[in-house]
Amino acid sequence: MAVEHVILEMRSITKEFPGVKALSDVSLTVRAGEIHAICGENGAGKSTLMKVLSGVYPYGSYSGDIIFQGKEVRFKDIRSSEAAGIAIIHQELALIPELSITENIFLGNEPTKWGAIDWVGAKRTAYELLARVGLRDDPDTLIKNIGVGKQQLVEIAKALNKSVKVLILDEPTAALNEADSQHLLDLIRGLKGKGISSIMISHKLNEIEQVADSITIIRDGRAIETLDIAADGVNEDRIIRGMVGRSLESRFPDRTPKIGEVFFEVRDWTVQHPQVSERMVVKGSSLTVRTGEIVGIAGLMGAGRTELAMSIFGRSYGNFISGRIFKDGKEIELRNVGEAIDHGLAYVSEDRKALGLNLLDDIKRSIVSAKLSKIAVGSVVNDAKEYSIAEEYRKNLRIKTPNVEMGVSKLSGGNQQKVVLAKWMFTDPDILILDEPTRGIDVGAKYEIYGIIQALAAQGKGVILISSELPELLGLADRIYTIFEGAITDCIDGADADPESLMKSMTSAKKKVRSI
Amino acid sequence: MSSNTAPVDTKKSAGRRSIFGSGKNNLRQFGILFSLIAIIVLFQFLTDGLTLSSGNLINLVSQYSYILILAIGMVMVIIAGHIDLSVGSVAAFAGIVVATSMAEWNFPWPLAVLFGLLVGALIGAWQGFWVAYVGVPAFIVTLAGMLIFRGGNQFFGNANTVPVPEGFTVIGAGYLPEVGPVTGYNNLTLLLGFLIAIAIAVREWRSRRVHQTMHSEMPPLWVSLLKVGLLDAVVIYATFLFAGGRVGTSFPVSGIILGVLVLFYSFVTRNTIVGRHVYAVGGNKLAAELSGVNSRRVNFLVMMNMSILASLAGMIFVARAGASGPQDGLSWELDAIAAVFIGGAAVSGGIGTVIGSIVGGLVMAVLNNGLQLLGVGSDLVQIIKGMVLLVAVGVDVWNKSQGRPSIIGLLTRNRKASEPPTPPPAVLPDAGTPASARPADNPSN
Repeated sequence: MAVEHVILEMRSITKEFPGVKALSDVSLTVRAGEIHAICGENGAGKSTLMKVLSGVYPYGSYSGDIIFQGKEVRFKDIRSSEAAGIAIIHQELALIPELSITENIFLGNEPTKWGAIDWVGAKRTAYELLARVGLRDDPDTLIKNIGVGKQQLVEIAKALNKSVKVLILDEPTAALNEADSQHLLDLIRGLKGKGISSIMISHKLNEIEQVADSITIIRDGRAIETLDIAADGVNEDRIIRGMVGRSLESRFPDRTPKIGEVFFEVRDWTVQHPQVSERMVVKGSSLTVRTGEIVGIAGLMGAGRTELAMSIFGRSYGNFISGRIFKDGKEIELRNVGEAIDHGLAYVSEDRKALGLNLLDDIKRSIVSAKLSKIAVGSVVNDAKEYSIAEEYRKNLRIKTPNVEMGVSKLSGGNQQKVVLAKWMFTDPDILILDEPTRGIDVGAKYEIYGIIQALAAQGKGVILISSELPELLGLADRIYTIFEGAITDCIDGADADPESLMKSMTSAKKKVRSI
Repeated sequence: MSSNTAPVDTKKSAGRRSIFGSGKNNLRQFGILFSLIAIIVLFQFLTDGLTLSSGNLINLVSQYSYILILAIGMVMVIIAGHIDLSVGSVAAFAGIVVATSMAEWNFPWPLAVLFGLLVGALIGAWQGFWVAYVGVPAFIVTLAGMLIFRGGNQFFGNANTVPVPEGFTVIGAGYLPEVGPVTGYNNLTLLLGFLIAIAIAVREWRSRRVHQTMHSEMPPLWVSLLKVGLLDAVVIYATFLFAGGRVGTSFPVSGIILGVLVLFYSFVTRNTIVGRHVYAVGGNKLAAELSGVNSRRVNFLVMMNMSILASLAGMIFVARAGASGPQDGLSWELDAIAAVFIGGAAVSGGIGTVIGSIVGGLVMAVLNNGLQLLGVGSDLVQIIKGMVLLVAVGVDVWNKSQGRPSIIGLLTRNRKASEPPTPPPAVLPDAGTPASARPADNPSN
């Protein structure tokens, strides 16, 4: 391997939090113009390392050295790291929705002419930057009016404006659909050609395999190894082995489905957008669920998957227009969430922090929160019962916590998701709608969640599984509906499905739905 | 569960974290409680023992009970994520309506009290309607209410003072009556005090029993004994002070009303479904709605409840003053809001307790009272109170941003009992997860 120019070196970084050693003796070397991926389970220390690099944790709060372009640097905040040419794009985007693209790009960095902001010049530069990231929107568009994928591109444009040399991307494609993800990855590769190095944290191993030049694997706060994609012949299994310490034989637990009769049916479901009255977000969709069955819903982001699920769940999204729901042969009407819960529906939201949990609560209160009446006498909640129920779920679902009185905000993503699952299992649902149940969760916890989903189906419950990850649907679902622009376009048997046919139905409306 | 990636580290870090994290709110309330004790001791010293004299304590309770009653309602409003600026005006309006009902319409006073509560409920329903069902922010609705009901008071009473009859003054200026043998003390006050002391001991004993059945962590026995001993000593000392005042005075009736309300609302917020829902809506409204909570109803109820308590506070004040006037209840809302925030509530909602707010209100009350005893002018009193509010909340915010607890927090942290051994999962078949594939639970990331 030819000696290449090293642009960034982090040497023996150690960072401690009260009682926790988040990073111990981690070193990282990034060459100029490469894409360097950082892999590791949730909580391994990836984000902490990047926060050290970008100055979120200032010099002095960690030990070790950072050498950037041959000189030792000591960043005291994000501004100083940006000034040096290191920009971080966080998992949660830091754009202001009420401002335009231009205003966001130049926020905190406004070009001035005689003391006033030079908006004409700013807009011209914004045009150029948007062209570089392949975005053709008007720079005057407000951020709230463009999708997450485009917002991600605006973030990159913002970084480019600061003449960035190293771009840090924390889970850049987590919220993006396949097409947008691909565009973003192409862009990162394009930047590499212009000499910009990228450090990418991602859980999507296929993407890493696709674009990265080298990979550093972090486990329990230590850098385990650095792999060179070209030289070491790296594939997904190899990365997983590094991340978890051994290889996973299978990414999905074994299961023999025991599927019964159709017991839940949605017919001709049509829902209007909550603000735009002429837009139907769900159009005449029908689906059936049998007992013990895992039914997948595949669709691109914005296709109406979540809208369909939430509108079924007590009309918690949009304006109900028409449609009927049957359960156990009887028609039921679910006018609000309370009625949906009473009829045995449960909905695990795709956004567990915003919609799934009250982050101020502790674990035990969260678990019982959707059906307090179950542990109450009259209106008085029985604390002892609450505690023992929470303990039971903690053990059964293996929620990693010293006790159930701990705040849910202190848990890792995978454990938070288990708390959400416990909360809905506690309501004794017959139908569980799981919306992206493994988003932002590491490989090991995913496997456990798959096990929980399968166990629920084995109890005879019907599970509706919405997922952006096709392998997940193919690995779990007995039957997969595809949805495109609010309408169900196809229904494929799990055994017959393959990514290509699913993708085809997810991107076109021509096929007719086969009945089962 | 034979092997894990980092079992030792995980447990230890998570355990410590819970002390720092989930118990934070309790810690802050402990901090405020210690501040209260420190302030009392300070003023006791500065006023040569006047602060903890019978006369002053009795005066303190009857003078501040209505602010504390407002704080009870206010903390629920603030937990739900709102604010109520109208309470002073609502109190004044209810006061004048009740006074007029007795003076001009010859209502007997018990009926007048019920009538006053009804007026409060109607006002609360009006404000709750705008907040919960129309969606106007409570800040605006109650700012409007502040003007409307202040004006209403002056319109209704022609900006005059309306006196109230003798019987009615019991709720604001009355004391526990003298009964039984002559002991030199007020017997009912003594009885009440002893009952409270016994209740404290019984409660601690029961809480230990519950902990035992739940196998959760439990402080050692001596901690419980010390706690009960200290609390009971304070209660009995206070009992003798209240019972041994000037002849004809004893524990104020308004203090009893306050005590009952504190017990009732502490129970409601902590142990009932409605109480849980208030915290849920304030903590994350969307998540609460998706859990089947009717957030509109919750918002309506907290606003309505606040106005009912405001009308009660107004009546107690009128009863104490002997008349209802156009300036009643001026800036009460600010005292109540200050009490709630000093007592540990969060501006963003979802956090706060009734007891904390009462302690916060007592801090302000003792401060006010002590400074008055020292003859400090009202100009300086206001400046000092403002600074106390700012510093109390500022210290807390700063502590939070530093991610570390106060010194008091470290002293009062929970002790962890050993966990019971983990039995194998009952519901789930072992999915065969490779042990090493399970996540290391390091919440720092």
